[in-house]
Amino acid sequence: MQRKVIFKGTLLPILLIAPQLAITGVFFFWPAGQALYFSVLEQDMFGTSYQYVGLENFRTVLSDPGYVSSLWTTAVFSVGVTALALVPSLYLAVQVDRVMRGKGLYQTLIVLPYAIAPAVAGVLWLFLFNPTVGSAAWVLRQLGVAWNPILNGDHAMILVVIASAWKQISYNFLFFLAGLQSIPRSVIEAAAIDGASRQRQFWDIIFPLLSPTTFFLIVVNVVYAFFDTFGVIDAVTSGGPAKATEILVYKVYNDGFRSAQFGTSAAQSVILMAIVIALTAIQFRYIERKVHY
Amino acid sequence: MQRRSEWLPHLVIWLGIAITAFPIYQAFIATTWMPPDLAQAPVPVLPGPYGLDNFARVLFDGGTSKVGTTPVGVMMWNSLVMALAITLGKIAISLLSAYAVVFFQFPGRMICFWLIFITLMLPVEVRIVPTYQVVVDLGMLNTFAGLTVPLIASATATLLFRQFFLTIPDELVEAAKIDGAGPMRFFKDTVVPLSATNMAALFVILFIYGWNQYLWPLLIAPAAEMDTVVLGIKKMMGGADAPTDWNLVMATALLALLPPVAVVVLMQRWFVKGLVDQEK
Amino acid sequence: MAQVTLQSVEKRFGDTQVLHGISTDIPDGAFVVIVGPSGCGKSTLLRIVAGLETQSNGQILIDGRDVSALEPKDRDIAMVFQNYALYPHMTVRENMAYGLKIRGLPTDQISQRVARAADILQLGPYLDRKPRQLSGGQRQRVAMGRAIVREPKAFLFDEPLSNLDAKLRVQMRVEIKKLQRQLGITSLYVTHDQVEAMTLADRLICMNAGRADQIGSPLDLYTKPSTTFVAGFIGSPAMNLVSATVSDDGVDISFGVERLPLDPIWQESAGRPVIFGIRPEHLVATGDGPIQVSVDLVEALGADTLIYGQTQSGQTLTARLPGSSVVGIGDKIRLTALSGHQHLFDTDTGIRLPSKT
Repeated sequence: MQRKVIFKGTLLPILLIAPQLAITGVFFFWPAGQALYFSVLEQDMFGTSYQYVGLENFRTVLSDPGYVSSLWTTAVFSVGVTALALVPSLYLAVQVDRVMRGKGLYQTLIVLPYAIAPAVAGVLWLFLFNPTVGSAAWVLRQLGVAWNPILNGDHAMILVVIASAWKQISYNFLFFLAGLQSIPRSVIEAAAIDGASRQRQFWDIIFPLLSPTTFFLIVVNVVYAFFDTFGVIDAVTSGGPAKATEILVYKVYNDGFRSAQFGTSAAQSVILMAIVIALTAIQFRYIERKVHY
Repeated sequence: MQRRSEWLPHLVIWLGIAITAFPIYQAFIATTWMPPDLAQAPVPVLPGPYGLDNFARVLFDGGTSKVGTTPVGVMMWNSLVMALAITLGKIAISLLSAYAVVFFQFPGRMICFWLIFITLMLPVEVRIVPTYQVVVDLGMLNTFAGLTVPLIASATATLLFRQFFLTIPDELVEAAKIDGAGPMRFFKDTVVPLSATNMAALFVILFIYGWNQYLWPLLIAPAAEMDTVVLGIKKMMGGADAPTDWNLVMATALLALLPPVAVVVLMQRWFVKGLVDQEK
Repeated sequence: MAQVTLQSVEKRFGDTQVLHGISTDIPDGAFVVIVGPSGCGKSTLLRIVAGLETQSNGQILIDGRDVSALEPKDRDIAMVFQNYALYPHMTVRENMAYGLKIRGLPTDQISQRVARAADILQLGPYLDRKPRQLSGGQRQRVAMGRAIVREPKAFLFDEPLSNLDAKLRVQMRVEIKKLQRQLGITSLYVTHDQVEAMTLADRLICMNAGRADQIGSPLDLYTKPSTTFVAGFIGSPAMNLVSATVSDDGVDISFGVERLPLDPIWQESAGRPVIFGIRPEHLVATGDGPIQVSVDLVEALGADTLIYGQTQSGQTLTARLPGSSVVGIGDKIRLTALSGHQHLFDTDTGIRLPSKT
């Protein structure tokens, strides 16, 4: 936890840590505290006074069909993004791990989308799947699909899932490749000598040994889908059509800024914080486990 | 094991890369044509002759058919200032606070550490409304300070530096003490130079993070002249009433992704290290 | 150059006392080695002298000045660490110059001192290299150089050779000794290796569980160990220590069935149980020796042959015989303990018993 050899002094370290604490206090803890505080208050009709309402706001939020459907939307969205971001990246990582030449080049090329902003990624895919001008949309029409993400909620969801998963593939690829490279060659060679086919080598040896990486990436991808995809949603669908792609984070923003529902917006923030804390806790359990290995 | 011929995995990989790169290729094609060429799908297969015109137009005029958009050149500058301020600010304050937590013993040290640690669990997105309120109350709307300062407190960077500082051998600190170096001297002469690779790694990650901000500038800097390029793209897109000039939107999109992609390419070694270290 | 004085230095970590009042005077220019097993407190003692740790009680004086409360940098000492602690991002030159730079020495004087140290240590060709480009021995030399350029009142060495391989260790040992003679700087050197201790020291401090069991010249410690601990720690293979009884007239000593003549200097211990000590090299094979040993193990080292065996009463003994001896496992040989090399210790305290002369 701490080093044995340290410097003396009390004022100096406090000065050193002060900037970070100040910013953290003003822009993290104060707002988080406000969210907690207002989540149990209700504003009167004229917006002039508050009164304590206990868990009323939470009850309102959780029984609101709009919120429940947004929860459902978020679940579908994050499962979709996680699956679509994990499977191809694992497949690509296995292929790249297998080849001898060109590893560096492949890694560079596959990693690049990570640098692209979610909103920009959204716009690129939006163009590709735009019903009038998009090439991908054109192909779908030729195949007889009445593709229209502007009107069809399912299509919109598919589009935001693809756009969000796209840039996350890079990240997952890097971790899978690192995970694969840390598996000792001798273990795989032993399996080969035991007569396991390539397929069996993968499912019996490699995949189980990769499971810590996979588990870690699942958590990271869910967190990403929950909290880092605001830009994709806003740029591609703005939560529509008919709120078909309104994930929780987008709803907090919508309710908080567009409809100014004070107490329930705060309650929504508090629920989101609880979700982050739960996900972080899961992540740390994983890290603890990793230490034991 | 490697006896089997290798062409299959190579083919699969190239196919994967082609699919991944396809949206960017399409965007590039779009930047080289004029709106009439793009009005009906599919997009032409080969680039057209208007590439330079389109890029010049967005960079300097901001002249989409929607009125009042800022030139992309200005947006790029805004993005650069924001990204660099966030990146350098984060590195600086994390370096200092990690140094304080690791190399000193002072009252409240553990509390400070946990306070910083907990911010991991408070991303902007979950406390967006009250945080916005704080910025409004401080009169920081539409300022670069408002855009950057609230984002420079970072638990991840602090934890990363802390992790690294814990690996600096005790004897090195003692040698410095015997050589007569005080805490700040040791920081400047030894800790900072030794942290160079860590800083480079963080620079890549944080620059991408800063450049790609969307929700925060959307709220804090609504003024057109404060637009960052990532945000500006959305404003350039037509609504139900106005058609979208895809050639210009795509040119802007390519300009928006160029700097972070360039940073990743140029600093790839540190980027990979930074990503992987962050999760330790 | 200076005299270093320790006055009843104590150290406690919470409830555990790791140093129980160590006092000694280190004369100007002397090479003093602190030796002991790991955990005996020797490194702590050195670090207290350096100022890297604070004593719980007692004082450190350098050149008559009480430095007990001073920071390391104000004590005018230089230290060589076990892992060298070179600054990895600085060149050899910068590593050596750093301490002088902080002290604000003029640049020309710094480069002069560095050049001289590099010359002494034959580091000239490596001055612009980084530590990672050097071999273990070269790094060790840079660490020495960093100490030398400071021209301090005292050198402190914390097991500086233990990271080197056996051959290099011997070579560097010789170099350190020569260098210290040449520079004449008071040195305090910590090691767990008794050979290193014996060869380097003008004066040895043998530590055991936070106490200085004996302080003296290496030969003092060898010939007159003041406790069974020192007796067992100094010398290799270790001294034989067996429970025995001195006859009532003080002429003989016996353990089990063996009975041998005792040096007359131990007269005072007549009639009491003791611990009898005899070094392996002071047991000689004679046809009529009083101790019969059946041999369990033979180690032929060339110059010597080491014999491990058991007496008739089951005591284990080690003997160092000439390399020419022909002994096999299971052989029975007879040994004599040379007079003038016998040691007696108290059974309970392990302290050397009083003797005449």
